[in-house]
Amino acid sequence: MNAKRQNKVAIGTLYGIAGLVVLILLALLGYILVSGVPQLSWHFLTAPAKAFTKGGGVGIQLFNSFYLLILAMLISFPIALGSAIYLYEYAKDNWVTNTVRTAIEILSSLPSVVVGLFGFLFFVVKLNMGFSILSGAFALTFFNLPLLTRSIEDSLRTIDPQQREGGLALGLSRWETITRVILPAAVPSILTGFILSAGRVFGEAAALIYTAGQSAPALNFADWNPFNISSPLNPMRPAETLAVHIWKINSEGIMPDAKAISSGASAVLVIAILLFNLAARYLGKRLYKRLTSA
Amino acid sequence: MTTKEILTTQDLHLYYGSNEALKGINLSFEEKGITALIGPSGCGKSTYLRTLNRMNDLIPGVTITGTAEFKGEDLYAPNADTVQIRKEIGMVFQQPNPFPFSIYDNVIYGLRIAGERDKEKLDAVVEKSLRQAAVWDEVKDHLHESALALSGGQQQRVCIARVLAVSPEIILLDEPTSALDPVSSSQIEATLLNLRQDYTIIIVTHNLQQASRIADRTAFFMNGELVEVDQTKNIFMNPANKQTEDYISGRFG
Repeated sequence: MNAKRQNKVAIGTLYGIAGLVVLILLALLGYILVSGVPQLSWHFLTAPAKAFTKGGGVGIQLFNSFYLLILAMLISFPIALGSAIYLYEYAKDNWVTNTVRTAIEILSSLPSVVVGLFGFLFFVVKLNMGFSILSGAFALTFFNLPLLTRSIEDSLRTIDPQQREGGLALGLSRWETITRVILPAAVPSILTGFILSAGRVFGEAAALIYTAGQSAPALNFADWNPFNISSPLNPMRPAETLAVHIWKINSEGIMPDAKAISSGASAVLVIAILLFNLAARYLGKRLYKRLTSA
Repeated sequence: MTTKEILTTQDLHLYYGSNEALKGINLSFEEKGITALIGPSGCGKSTYLRTLNRMNDLIPGVTITGTAEFKGEDLYAPNADTVQIRKEIGMVFQQPNPFPFSIYDNVIYGLRIAGERDKEKLDAVVEKSLRQAAVWDEVKDHLHESALALSGGQQQRVCIARVLAVSPEIILLDEPTSALDPVSSSQIEATLLNLRQDYTIIIVTHNLQQASRIADRTAFFMNGELVEVDQTKNIFMNPANKQTEDYISGRFG
């Protein structure tokens, strides 16, 4: 076989593999959307779920998913950002740093159900927080922190060391160089990591089953006082998310339209993640423009 | 011409771990004018330059002994303020390294972070610095576009303007033209010649012609030692040391 032929075969194989990946993705997405989109309606998106009868919606679950996502990211992003900056910009290359890095790596490969059970034992039982949004948000923080830290550290690594020297040589302090030169330059890449991890958090079920709980008590959307038990903002109420809801109706749903609801909910989940990604990318571009050339 | 010495190093040693990269450098720089540091690769000239505004602090495992004084103040005193030092002793690097911001923001970055908010004053500084760096006419119509869109030579002059904007007394340049084409290089040289009346400029260069064209004084380094320093024309026409003569006549290096 001559070199030209080899080349052709290799390229053909690669096209084939890439095509296969796209095909599987399209088939999955297509299946979810084709079976799910017909179920969608304003009623489905806003109504509370029904346990035994037809016609329930996913309104509360959808809200819970977003609320939990926001809380989890609010807790985990600052910690991840801080530790990534410390690890990459300040930490000396010694055994302590290496141990921390190894710990992060091990933590990132922990199965999410283990994180969920840990969250159950520690937050729900030990700290007596009960099945609550806050327990769920902490569990998701554990789940999310290692990967987010890694991805932010990688983003910082992509910035040319010359930029650091340039900042320092201008008489900026180390901290000013990091916050005013390095971070703005790293925004698009940090944001990509943020979006990816947000998508993972949004779709996560296993870590939440035993922490945020599997029930979605009725909410009063007119009451925004976070201390009231029926307020949507109350962080101490149990909160079934969309992903947990899908898992639950598929395993033990007894409403007559369980299949339709699970299809609809899956479509909502996928579309929400898609919209979230697009919006975040758009915002990231705007933000980068604002930060880099006023 | 008697001018006073602004920067002096005495018996300056620098070690990377146990490897002695600078073996006791005694050298002083007078106010204003251009001094070129020349010598073969690995001779320590860039390392020496970076000790002058403490950029070697960033490299782990570096130890420095001896004294380096800027206007009589010890640069390596325990309470020395590196941030202040680098404001007074700015640096331009081999690779143009503009920040990924607009040209305007690049130039005023140091000032803005120092707290300057007055728009008129900032505008004036931008124009003055870019004019001094001889790049104003080329960029004045797109000050608010990204500096990364400029050519390498323009980027380097913006980097010089960025250093000028914080009004340092000394400007260190570490092979500022070695990544540039000949036309850009000669523009940078012209820029430096414009600046030599107002600033003390210390430039590391591999290009001997460049040293002979622009430097008032030239110092020749080899193997971590300062071999010879003199008026540029003496170094090139009538070097006192055999090694210097061999190097500038191209017998090695």
